[in-house]
Parts: sequence; structure tokens; C-alpha cells
Amino acid sequence: MLSGEDEWVPFSRRPEWSDVKPVPQDDGPNPVVPISYSDEFRETMDYFRSIYLSGERSFRALSLCSEAIELNPSNYTIWHFRRIVLEALDADLHAEKEYVNNIALRNSKNYQIWHHKRWLAEKLGPEAAEEELAFTEKIFAVDAKNYHAWSHRQSVLQALGGWQKELDYCDKLLREDVFNNSAWNQRYFVITKSPFLGGLQEMRESETRYAVEAILSNPENESPWRYLRGLYKDDPNLLICNNQVSEVCLKILKRKQNIVLALSLLLDLLCHGFQPISEIRSAVEALRISESEPSTSSLANTICGILGLVDPMRSNYWAWRRSHLPSEVC
Amino acid sequence: MESSPVSSSSPPSSVFSFDLPSAPHSSDHDQQPSLRTVTHLEQLRVEEKVAEIYRILNDASPHTKTIMMELWRDNHILFLSRGLNQLGPNFRILDASRPWLCYWIIHSMSLLGESLDIEVENSIIEFLSHCEDKQGGYGGGPGQMPHLATTYAAVNTLITLGSDAALSSVNRDSLHKFLLRMKDSSGAFRMHHAGEIDVRACYTAISVASILNIMDSELVVGLGDYIIRCQTYEGGIAGEPGSEAHGGYTFCGLATMVLIDEVDRLHLPSLIDWVVFRQGVECGFQGRTNKLVDGCYSFWQGGSLSLIQTLLPIAEKQTQSPLTSIEHQTLEGNSDGSTSQVQNPENEDMGTEKGDDIGFRFIRMGTRVAAPLFHSVALQQYVLLCSQVLEGGFKDKPGAHRDYYHTCYCLSGLCVSQYSFSKTPNSPPPSRAMLGPYSNLLEPIHPLYNVLLDKFYRAHEFFFGMKKRGTI
Ligand SMILES: [Zn+2]
Repeated sequence: MLSGEDEWVPFSRRPEWSDVKPVPQDDGPNPVVPISYSDEFRETMDYFRSIYLSGERSFRALSLCSEAIELNPSNYTIWHFRRIVLEALDADLHAEKEYVNNIALRNSKNYQIWHHKRWLAEKLGPEAAEEELAFTEKIFAVDAKNYHAWSHRQSVLQALGGWQKELDYCDKLLREDVFNNSAWNQRYFVITKSPFLGGLQEMRESETRYAVEAILSNPENESPWRYLRGLYKDDPNLLICNNQVSEVCLKILKRKQNIVLALSLLLDLLCHGFQPISEIRSAVEALRISESEPSTSSLANTICGILGLVDPMRSNYWAWRRSHLPSEVC
Repeated sequence: MESSPVSSSSPPSSVFSFDLPSAPHSSDHDQQPSLRTVTHLEQLRVEEKVAEIYRILNDASPHTKTIMMELWRDNHILFLSRGLNQLGPNFRILDASRPWLCYWIIHSMSLLGESLDIEVENSIIEFLSHCEDKQGGYGGGPGQMPHLATTYAAVNTLITLGSDAALSSVNRDSLHKFLLRMKDSSGAFRMHHAGEIDVRACYTAISVASILNIMDSELVVGLGDYIIRCQTYEGGIAGEPGSEAHGGYTFCGLATMVLIDEVDRLHLPSLIDWVVFRQGVECGFQGRTNKLVDGCYSFWQGGSLSLIQTLLPIAEKQTQSPLTSIEHQTLEGNSDGSTSQVQNPENEDMGTEKGDDIGFRFIRMGTRVAAPLFHSVALQQYVLLCSQVLEGGFKDKPGAHRDYYHTCYCLSGLCVSQYSFSKTPNSPPPSRAMLGPYSNLLEPIHPLYNVLLDKFYRAHEFFFGMKKRGTI
């Protein structure tokens, strides 16, 4: 390849480019934020500008794009032109997939590469689903929370399919790292969107058990608490009626450790009209720190008071919550 | 892990990417790795580094403490002006983001109260006009395709310069046409021709449309529906429907909804709950649940909470009513239910009731409560002690390198936390709101656009005082 660092040959000395007149960048007379480009960068971009302006759709244009992208993979103009050339040449899209995967593995947090991958996957169609899913798994093996890769995976599932093993995959990632919030988010995506699982209504009960189990083993882990709430996002009445939910709060409160998230969920339950059993009242009572707190205040009020003390980073938030409790809460 | 306090300038790996790569995993940790997950181990490592810094602060003499909490203005300005004049060859990966470099540097300087020479100002105007596309919008550099993010950066830079020459250099007619070309049938926007669709694109399009007074119904239609689909079960907003709640997109989505006067369609109580929980024991913000703290989220999350301070009456109304039936409530407090207020073709003067003048009304509302919902002094501590590089510039976290992106957003986050106890966005904060000497105080910003407030007023006078474009 010509782009190897040591053996880079200037375009001006390549016979196949002798007919092309390079176009220098017009930065104006007194440019700001000027970058001291290397000779290789400057000349490659001068030739790119030339064929971009002439609109040349050729194999040498494609290889020039590759060289330019190698120097700056976030130049969206080059990627865009590359797609135009690929379409005009009716190029081998499988070869293109190899090419872009290779770059994505080295630049996994780049918007342009993932946009290109999405464009390509949609062109390749359902047959590409399995390989695309496998590719994101390769990325997750290094960075399990790569935002672009998760978006890509979701778009592949929705556009091309491949849902069958997705819940198992989420489970696998959560077994490896139960704090991986991206995996929890994906799990929510699957149970609400998969055509094979019957939707949130079908999954709610078993997912509640799944989240509760995760909470009991790591009550300081915010992800399953938010997941649990999310299962009832559009139906707070179901949330307050499910005994599993109030019971997990009670269990954690009784341990008297990592109580913030349990109190916070309990507060939400009360705000939605939950009627607490006396055991919950006494568990909260046992956590009261400040003696000045009047014991006549409502349970929700008491909880806000405790949270203001045990969670000082958010004391203003808990004070705000306290001053805006719905009028009918317990 | 060895980490030199003197870090050289190095560009971030990608642009307007809210999430920069985390540090490599250390193998010599004293915990039992088999009992811990990757997330847990990385978190512990960062907590240890931050705790060490705070330990040094606690044990320091009062004099040293003051020095530690000081904002090193001169060094920051030096670092910034150097970048404006010359950048090294390794900045080639930001070659498609040069208007961003202008914005990060110029906005940072303006926060620090530093004014520019007229020649420098003219060079910036001239350079940005070389990035402007004939068909409208600004590209990442001369000759590049127009892009919404770099258009936002260019427009905000010119507004920050603030002169008539700077403001009149924007071709609003062609920019408006460019915005319309980027509008997708989903209601959202594409970053560039045939480019990716996400919430950043929506925000950058609407922010420039709003501040340049070229907003219209065609730009707004369907946009609120798209943003609502991006609010996740966690409460925050994702880059696109289905993705994970994220600080950068939450700011972009929230600000967009305010600017199109549909913010009451978001579920604000859960959004607030999610954002306040992103501030961790390190005192700074993380971008997502269970991710590492990062200085740039001082603005993305802190800025959202600054907006929330004005929006609390709407959030409070939502708390009182059942989750499923949120009435439409505009910033003007009526329940119109439509977006028709946003367009108001007849009004050409600077009236304060116009629907298309939300940026102006938002500041004038004066309903901010006296306390922010986050710990604003703690946030200042993270920015000043963990993100500040004494030789100039700011970084993601201890052990990382400084860059212009983090310098811009750490300073912007410092700014919103300093003014978080101010009843109006520009009234001088009480000293209890400030960490360190009062001389740390930055210039106030307009949190919807992240430009200086007085530069916003200047632009407002310029673009709303003039006759509206004939094409609307
Ligand atoms: Zn960052």
C-alpha cells in the first residue's frame, strides 16, 4: 500500500495521477486555528479536493478516499464522496464492509464511520444482520459501553432483524458486569421492541424478578433500580400494586446500608399513591437520624428528610421533592 | 498509574463526542479482580485519584487552599490564544472541526472576560466566511460540505465576537434553506446532506434558527415528537430513540424542547431525577448511569439543571398531576396545545410576548428558585481541582490530557454553577455560591445557547430589531 508511513510516495510523483491538478485549501490570508499539516496530509487533501470538485467517480478516486480517510477518519465530506463513488461504480459492498470494519476497530468512537456502517448494512440487507451483530460484539469485548456500537446494533436489529438471541446476549453481558448500564438499556430495548417476546406487558413480571434479584445482590447499583421503575413507566398503578417492588425496598432498608436508592423508589411509590404497610413505616422510622424531625410528619416527608442527610450531594433536590409532594401522599 | 501533572495539549479523539475514551485498565489494582466487575474497578480507580486530591486540599494550609481553588486565568488565556494562532500536525484529526476549535477557544476566552484585538476578530470572521457554503451553512473547514454542528459552532463564534461585521457576515437566507434541506420526514434533522440523524443535529439546527431569528413552522414540525421518543425509561434523553440516556443529548434535547416551546411534553420530574443522580462522590458529573465522571458534563448536566431552575413550575405541575395525562403548558403558562405560537409572522418589533422569541423570554421570566437542584459548590470543586490544568486548559479527569473541548465545557459548567444561586441569570452570585476567591467569577451565559448573555442580547437586538426576512 502507498499509505505506509515510510514509503509514502507523493501524488505528484505517481504516474496515474499526472493528469490531475491539485487544488490547495483556501484558508484566506490570515487563517485562525491553522493546523501545521504534514506534506502527506496537505498533498493528499489537495488531490482529494480536485477529484471531489470534478466529481470523478473512479477506482482511483476510491483509493484516494481511503488514503485521505486514513489521515483523518472524521472528515465527513470524504466519507460522503466515497459513498457516491461506491454507488456509481456499483462496487463490491462486501469488500467495503471489510474496509470499514478494519477502520472502525481502530477508531471506535467516530460518528462518520458508524454512519457509513449503517448505510452499508442497510444496503447489504438482512443477510448482513448476523455479521453486523457479531462485529458490535467484538467492539463490546473491548468497550462494553460504546455508544455508537450500541446505536448501530439497535438499528441493525430494527432494520435487518436478528432478535432471537438478543435477550440472552444482554443476560451474558450483565452476568459479566451487572453495572453495565448500556446492557440494561439494551435489555429494555429488547423486551419492549422484540417481535418475539410479546412486549412489555408479557415481560413485566419476569423482568421485575430479574431486576429485583440484581438489586438484592448489589443495592448500590443504580441501573436495576432505574430499570425496575422503567418497567412501569406508563402505568404507575401497576408499580404500586406489585408487592415485589415494595418488598425489595423493605429488604434493603432493613439492611440499613445503601439505602438511598431504596428510599428514593419508596418515595416515588408514595407519590403515586402507595399505601405502606406498618413494617415499611417502622423500617423507615428506624433510619431516622435527626431527632428534631417531628414524628407526626408523613412518611414521604420523613423519607425526604432522611435522604437530605444521607445523600448530601442531592440535599437541595430532596428539599425540593419534599416541598412539592402531591397533597394526598402518606 | 503514573500521571504527569504537566500534560501537553492533545486533541480529543472525536468531536462533540460527549464521551471520550476512558483510561486503559490498570492491572496492578489491590482489589480482588475476580470479585469486581470492569465498571466497578474503573470507578474505584478514579475515586482513589480524586480522593487523593481532596485529601491534599483538606490537609493544606488556608493559604495553599486558596491557591488550589483559584482559577488560573492568565494560563488559560495563554493556552487558548496559542491554539488560535497555531496548532500542531496531530490536530489533523480535527481538520473537519475548525469552527468548533474557534468556538471552544473564543467562547472560553469570553467566559474569562478576555477581549480580542480587532485584527484577530477580523481574521476569525474572514476565516469562517471561507468555511461558509455558497448554498448555506458552514463546513468543518474551507471547501468542506456544510454541517449542522460546525454551523452551530461558527454562528456561536460570530455571536461571541458580537460586532456588526461579525453578525452581518452570516448569510441567514441561505442558512435557513440549508436547515430546511437537513430536515428529515421524522421531524428530526440530519447532520449534513445524507448524514446521520440525532438529537445533536436537532439542537444545533434549532439553536441557530432561534438566535438568528429564522425559525419557522417547517423547521419545527414533528421535532417535538422525535425528541419525546428519545426520552428513555431512565428519565434522561438519548441520541436517538432506543439508545441510552446521555448527558450531552439530554442537554441538547431539553434545550431544543424549550426553544420550540414544547418542553412540557417531556416528563420533567424523571428527567430531573436522572440528571441529579449523575453527580457522584467525585463531585463532578458522569454522562451516563454507572460511567466515569468527566469534566465536560459539568456543562451538559449542569447546564440542563440550570435550564431546569427556570422550568421548575412546569415540573411541579407535572408532579401534581398523574403521569399519563400531562397538559400542555407553555412558557407563557397557557394551554394552547399547539406549536402555532412559535411562528408569528406579523410581529417584527422586539415585543416580549412573541412566541418565536423564546430565548429572550426565557431569560426574562425571572422565576428561578433561589437554589439549584445540584451541588453547585461541589461541582466547582471538581472543575477547579480535578479538571483544571495549572499550566492552562482543562481536562476530562485526573490523568487525562487537556484539550480545547474540555476547556470550553469545564469553564461553561463552572459558569453555570457559579450563577446557580442567582435569581436572574446575570445577577452577581452571593459569595456562598462560589468556591475559591470571588475573582474566579466568570461572565454569565445564556444557558440555552451557551454564549455570553450580553452577546446574546447584542445578537437579539441585531436580528430581532431588524425587519424579518421577507421569505417567512
Ligand atoms: Zn468529556
